Amino acid sequence: MATFKVNGVEQNLDIEPEMPLLWALRDELGMTGTKFGCGIASCGACTVHVNGNAVRSCVTPVSAVEGAQITTIEGLASVAAGANPSAPDLSAVQQAWIDHQVPQCGYCQSGMIMAVSSLLASNPNPSDADIDSSITNVCRCGSYPRVRKAIRSLAIA
Amino acid sequence: MKINRRRFLLSSAAVGGGVLIGYSALKPSNHRRANAELATGGEHYVTSFIKIEPNNAITVYVPHSEMGQGVHTSLPMMAADELDAAWEDIIVEQAPAIDLFANGDLVKGFAGEFGLPGFLTGIVNASAVSIAELMNLQTTGGSSSVRFTGETAMRTAGAAARQMLIECAANRWSVARDDCSTELGHVQHNASGRSLSYGELAADAALLEPPENVTLKDPSQFTIMGKAISRVDIPAKVDGTANYGIDAHSEDMLYAAIRLAPVFGTKLVSVDAGDVLSRRGVKRIIELEDSVAVVADSYWRAKEALKGVKSQFESSDADTTSSADLFAGFERSLAEDKNSKVLEIGDAEDAMDSASDVIEGNYTVPYLAHAAMEPMNCTVHLHDGIVEVWTSTQDALGIKGRVAKIAGVAEDDAIFHHCYLGGGFGRRLPFNWNVIDHATLIAKEFDVPVKTVMSREDDMQQDYYRPAVASNFKAAFDANGVVQAWHNRFTGPIQTPGASHIPYAIPNKSIRVVDGDTHVPIAAWRSVDHSQQTFFTESFVDEIAHRSGKNPYQFRMEMLADHPRHRKVLEVAAEAAGYGENLPEGHALGIAVQESFGSIVAEVAEVSLDTNNRPVIHKVTCAIDCGWAVNPDTVEAQVESGIIYGLTAALYGEITIENGRVAQNNFPDYEMVRMADAPEIDVHIVESGEKLGGLGEPSTPPIAAAVSNGLYILTGQRVRELPLKNHDFSRSTPIAQV
Repeated sequence: MATFKVNGVEQNLDIEPEMPLLWALRDELGMTGTKFGCGIASCGACTVHVNGNAVRSCVTPVSAVEGAQITTIEGLASVAAGANPSAPDLSAVQQAWIDHQVPQCGYCQSGMIMAVSSLLASNPNPSDADIDSSITNVCRCGSYPRVRKAIRSLAIA
Repeated sequence: MKINRRRFLLSSAAVGGGVLIGYSALKPSNHRRANAELATGGEHYVTSFIKIEPNNAITVYVPHSEMGQGVHTSLPMMAADELDAAWEDIIVEQAPAIDLFANGDLVKGFAGEFGLPGFLTGIVNASAVSIAELMNLQTTGGSSSVRFTGETAMRTAGAAARQMLIECAANRWSVARDDCSTELGHVQHNASGRSLSYGELAADAALLEPPENVTLKDPSQFTIMGKAISRVDIPAKVDGTANYGIDAHSEDMLYAAIRLAPVFGTKLVSVDAGDVLSRRGVKRIIELEDSVAVVADSYWRAKEALKGVKSQFESSDADTTSSADLFAGFERSLAEDKNSKVLEIGDAEDAMDSASDVIEGNYTVPYLAHAAMEPMNCTVHLHDGIVEVWTSTQDALGIKGRVAKIAGVAEDDAIFHHCYLGGGFGRRLPFNWNVIDHATLIAKEFDVPVKTVMSREDDMQQDYYRPAVASNFKAAFDANGVVQAWHNRFTGPIQTPGASHIPYAIPNKSIRVVDGDTHVPIAAWRSVDHSQQTFFTESFVDEIAHRSGKNPYQFRMEMLADHPRHRKVLEVAAEAAGYGENLPEGHALGIAVQESFGSIVAEVAEVSLDTNNRPVIHKVTCAIDCGWAVNPDTVEAQVESGIIYGLTAALYGEITIENGRVAQNNFPDYEMVRMADAPEIDVHIVESGEKLGGLGEPSTPPIAAAVSNGLYILTGQRVRELPLKNHDFSRSTPIAQV
């Protein structure tokens, strides 16, 4: 039995310990906001937070997240808001993504937003070099200039 | 501007020489069909694309796929503006996959541009596809949605609906139509101040025949078009709720992992499934003509189990073929020169013979995969005599028909569920039928939904690729050093006629194509032939400029005297990029220009080499003349996107063939531009007021040449083969800039 919390809700799943977290989320729990891109931790589309840290879920077996707190794109805003009932429906990063009209096809953006949220949590004012080395997600639509602008707007704020 | 509504709102015009007279006459008017077949309690279709409810909610149906190009926003903007609706009242819906919403306008648009649109029909199947089949597509491709469907169907539908609503109000008030005006979803009688909402008039309007002619707005009257409107699809793309094909989900769903014949065109011979069927969750091993699949209760279980399935595919002549063999074949084909004419002006052969100087340049590009972020997938559910399909596609109607055919179900008994596309780029166009066919055949074995998903490796190795091409050039100069002839032979096939043409005033031109067919399947790849042809032509034009002793920008300007729109975008891009001004030490600027899909794009790339002598692209300055901008922010986003897509191809893109199959597996060996490589991009929209041009593709073609033309100045090395990652720039000698 695999046991972990997803967006604050405890999950007990009768699955193989080696099943990657990505497929536990998508196929077992039906939480499809986290995306499959490459299956080998190369593209970052599957990025989620495990105990607050950005992790590529396609190569993370559920045995490695036993008892952990997992946040996915579906829970990013509410987890950030905690118990604050007046908190906005979107996290600051998600709102910046709308303000700067970042996504195009949008498929990579769940992972991109999770990766950027994690970066800003540990480094609120990242340099361009910090961004380049931390945000290695692939976006085939080339949203990179807008991702950078959105991060800068958050860093200044 | 007056246009004939019947010609555009209904699909009745001739296409590519074929005659479709009676196409509209045979059908009831589209909005009558919509009212009869689709409207429920209180809804009224005033045209087939626009539905108005009593509470004044206005739904615009978009017959194109949303793959990030913003078409779910730009097309409704066009309809809403002509309708004089308030943008806040607009609801956007994907048009259902039924022939009522087929986009013949797109086909007609292309017919006007280059005759029968070869890339739509698929190269291999071109001869097997009838015009009627093409008319029954809902294709999204060719940078066409806004300039064809939007400019014809959407604007016309909005304007027609507005005129019909005015007529109803005038009748109700017994006043002249000319005394009425419209604003924000209401018709007003100016003298009396009376006002009725569109919702109050819609039931009457739905009974009218649409007007024979409609008047479209002058741009000075636009209230919505031309504004940077936020895209309607973005909120769902930041909170995880956007549904892509791969996100289809149900409790009873099964999942298939599939292995297709690694050498294209070969068939499955035998399968040894070992103990796979006894593994947890595994339901079936399915053998198809060209593939084997494992179906399980989770995709991961299916994918892991497939690793334990041994399979043998038949041997083929291509089993030992490598990329080197294919390019050697191209060289032989070019040497034999059994060619077909593309463009002949003057006598280039004669000019070569009498030339004082001839230069040559032989270019190649490799095959490229599309590598959309969402791996190819398709979910099919056969039950109760019907078939349901969920997939990300650039052609909903075409997919519906295909799945019905493969499933053996009448098309009327097929239901297509629309999904967002996690990238298209041509991979999800009709006729690229893997993995649609396979998913359907697998699902036929079950009565629950089955989702077939290609792994990234499958997706990369079973694509329909941008063709590998070899292109040989010669240019002849007279005794004064003036270029007199352009001589070009390249390997085909031609997917987009005209892509190899050049606008420059060279008196003699001979452009011809030779056979370039191989066993590797090909298809349209973002900007189709323009991406490779523009690398070739704009690089060789640069060679001619340098040999002429001219500055590459000035040379282009001089040779484009008859092309003011080209000159304008070159001028805007060059000036904004600081062309001719001092650059940081070790930096250089390269320039290129190309017209494609109705838009003209100039790009200036600022490049340098890093400490390992690898190219760095600091900034790309781009000027685009797309006629005018419906949604300027979307224009900029598409230009940025096309540049990055082309830059990935220029720097890294290379699919190689070894033993008949694709050698690359996944992103580590098919690398992508990421944040660290992505340049600053400065976009300038040049509004010429000419006909609307496309946006999804035109910024892709110039970038490879702009970058390599800059690298030539920096290193003295002329790049004639892509990708750039294969070049060694360590021994560089900057050239003296003119």
